[in-house]
Amino acid sequence: MKNIFKLITFFTLILSLIFSNVNAAGEKQELLKVDWSFKSFFGKFDRASLQRGYQVYSEVCASCHSLKHLSYRNLAEKGGPEFTELEAKAIASNFEVTDGPNSDGEMFERPAKLSDKFVMPYANVQEAIAANGGAYPPDMSVLVKARGGGANYIYSVLMGYEDPPAGMELDDGVYYNKYMYGNKIKMASPLDDDIVEYADGTKATVDQMAKDVTTFLQWTAEPHLETRHKMGFRVIIYLTVLTILVYFSMKKIWSRIETKV
Amino acid sequence: MSDHEYTPKSKVGKWFNDRLPLLTLANHLTDYPTPKNLNYWWTFGGILTFCLITQIITGIILGMHYVAHADLAFQSVEHIMRDVNYGWLIRYVHANGASMFFLAVYIHIFRSLYYGSYKSPREVIWIIGMLIYFLMMATAFMGYVLPWGQMSFWGATVITNLFSAIPLVGDSITTWLWGGYSVDNPTLTRFFSLHYLFPFLILGLVILHIWALHVPGNNNPIGIDIKKPSKDTVPFHPYIVIKDLFALLIFLIIFAFFVFFSPNILGHADNYIEANPLVTPAHIVPEWYLLPFYAILRSVPDKLLGVIAMFAAIFVLVILPWLDTSKVRSTVFRPIYKQFYWFLVADVLILGYVGAMPAEGLYLLIARVATAYYFAHFLIILPFLGMKEKTTPLPLSITEPVLGGSADMAMAKNNSDYKEKL
Amino acid sequence: MSESDKKKPNRRDFILTATTAAGAVGVGAAVWPLVDQMNPDASVKALASTEVDVSSVQPGQSITVIWRGKPVFIKRRTQDEIDSARAVDLSELKHPEKDEDRAKNPEWLVMLGVCTHLGCVPLTDKGDYNAWFCPCHGSHYDTSGRIRKGPAPTNMEVPKYEFVNSNTIKIG
Repeated sequence: MKNIFKLITFFTLILSLIFSNVNAAGEKQELLKVDWSFKSFFGKFDRASLQRGYQVYSEVCASCHSLKHLSYRNLAEKGGPEFTELEAKAIASNFEVTDGPNSDGEMFERPAKLSDKFVMPYANVQEAIAANGGAYPPDMSVLVKARGGGANYIYSVLMGYEDPPAGMELDDGVYYNKYMYGNKIKMASPLDDDIVEYADGTKATVDQMAKDVTTFLQWTAEPHLETRHKMGFRVIIYLTVLTILVYFSMKKIWSRIETKV
Repeated sequence: MSDHEYTPKSKVGKWFNDRLPLLTLANHLTDYPTPKNLNYWWTFGGILTFCLITQIITGIILGMHYVAHADLAFQSVEHIMRDVNYGWLIRYVHANGASMFFLAVYIHIFRSLYYGSYKSPREVIWIIGMLIYFLMMATAFMGYVLPWGQMSFWGATVITNLFSAIPLVGDSITTWLWGGYSVDNPTLTRFFSLHYLFPFLILGLVILHIWALHVPGNNNPIGIDIKKPSKDTVPFHPYIVIKDLFALLIFLIIFAFFVFFSPNILGHADNYIEANPLVTPAHIVPEWYLLPFYAILRSVPDKLLGVIAMFAAIFVLVILPWLDTSKVRSTVFRPIYKQFYWFLVADVLILGYVGAMPAEGLYLLIARVATAYYFAHFLIILPFLGMKEKTTPLPLSITEPVLGGSADMAMAKNNSDYKEKL
Repeated sequence: MSESDKKKPNRRDFILTATTAAGAVGVGAAVWPLVDQMNPDASVKALASTEVDVSSVQPGQSITVIWRGKPVFIKRRTQDEIDSARAVDLSELKHPEKDEDRAKNPEWLVMLGVCTHLGCVPLTDKGDYNAWFCPCHGSHYDTSGRIRKGPAPTNMEVPKYEFVNSNTIKIG
């Protein structure tokens, strides 16, 4: 048994070293920390926040940022914003997609269906870059996973717009952001108090919107997060029980000979 | 290898076994006499077998859904993560499984270093093991390229460019590896093909590794030769099987924590950005398990010499059985080597750490010292130490730890010392 | 020193049985995701229905559309064809089904264009009944898509469908 403890200590050491490595790569400006509902072992999404977050995305972000890996049906799926199927259909039908060719060999426009992917604001990357002063507004499907600080980073950037420190020269179309790498960002501060009107009466402060849209983006990046947490908990309970059973079986079997395990 | 003649009891069994002695093999594997004093560090062989099988199964499944095309790879991975039934689970098991595989293989290798398992008569086991390790690194590297994120693309670019350091033919080799003039779709498809193939080569080598192991039998914590079967051994089944299973389950709990609660912590965030040949990420870091070699590569200021140093770092391991001149296997009886062993462990961890840091200033200096020490350990300390070191007396058997020399008090103390440590 | 005489080595006691049982449950649970991943994924299931505009189909004509990767025949039948389909005595049929049940709106016959024998696509306006004929192994179908002659065991399958409006059929 003593050996097992040694082994676990060793594991912990190695793993903490790995963690410190990963974290050390993060560096510089301490990010704002939010007590997200989706963190921790039992973390779940705040359903209302996800729905508000979708609203912020569609009214504010969607004009430049795509969500190309998502489909409209995802909005009605379990573990997400859980709009009703009718609501999701209504959302989808607001968008036009190109389909075809029809029997005359022509492409045609039709309202989007649940099975369609989110319509992109620009036809291609080049168009997006051209329309945004040379900066590509990144696709937001997995943005939270694509940034070192994850959800906290996205939230921090949204909250990090400030006047540049004295002596810092900014070109046209470049803004100062405390949390952005290099502190320069080509996106103007996207949020202002009350730029969206929440249907559930929540006050649309910048902080509230930043939290909601970050929650939404965490879900777009990890749509199965809730299932994963739930399954993970069960798996670990199961493994622990089985480990204990195997431990006693091992004791039993090894008791046939004199040597200790 | 043939311990004793085995005859199946049933008629059918005998008929079959006469034609293909699978039952003899099964009998050999279950009865295989194993030293009974093996500690938990010896369970990693079984854990590694489990890792390999898991990677192969999850990998085959991912291959059913993944599309090896530069325009579609990233999207197909997202498709797996979002739409395929349990796709997210299978991919996270595969991705974290690679890390767990390496964690286990490092423990396995360092166990061998500590207990001298690479020494005569087990050199061939060790060399096959190193081949497996090398193929694992190649497989893991190519696997990391497949999602076609930024780290995939730039990792592939950097690693394939290593070959351009070869004089005269370097550029031609790199172009040949790429199938073009940069890392692109042809590179991705061939990496996919080889990533699918290599695990089966590894599997073949693992079978040879185990075969080669079963010829002399297991080494053990006190490193002495034992008679097999004897009072010093137990049959593999059920004694070792159940012990391996217990260790495997503890390993699985840690594995599960990663998969379910921190599935992306061991990867790099930049790999969730689609590959873009025009923008290099701020700093390129390989996966953690390759970091020590990466540090060695970067610590040498010359391109060609850096590459040579990196490959040499693996090669010194291959010839280790002849570099270590000591006849005593277990570190338990080698007080001075024991110190150096832990220095080496620390050195490799340091190399790993600086491998993740930018190659400048103090980090670079540390990397250089650590690289120099790494080679010094194998090329200078080990050969020299084996000749000079005064080892403590070895017991004659596991069950009857009668000392080789006269039974004076100091030796008796040593004897109880090792018992505690095992 | 050797085998302890207290225990019989082969005794299966409670703890070993419990461990084996618990282990078997776990292995089973772990295998399920590996099996289920081959089932249709969420994006495939989302495409389970398709809408077809049939406004341009003239009586006597038929069109073929793709639904779930399989051909669906949509036939606008003439009065003759309807009459001949409805006149058949059910006892003559290998797989007795009323035409009224197969084509709710008698003018429109919607069915999977897959021969129930081994999955070939039958030819239209061919065969003994001048309706459908499977070239693979010679199955003849009538104007209701029912098997009349040849090796196919059952009638061609009618999928779930509905008229969204008079010009649009939703299949699935």
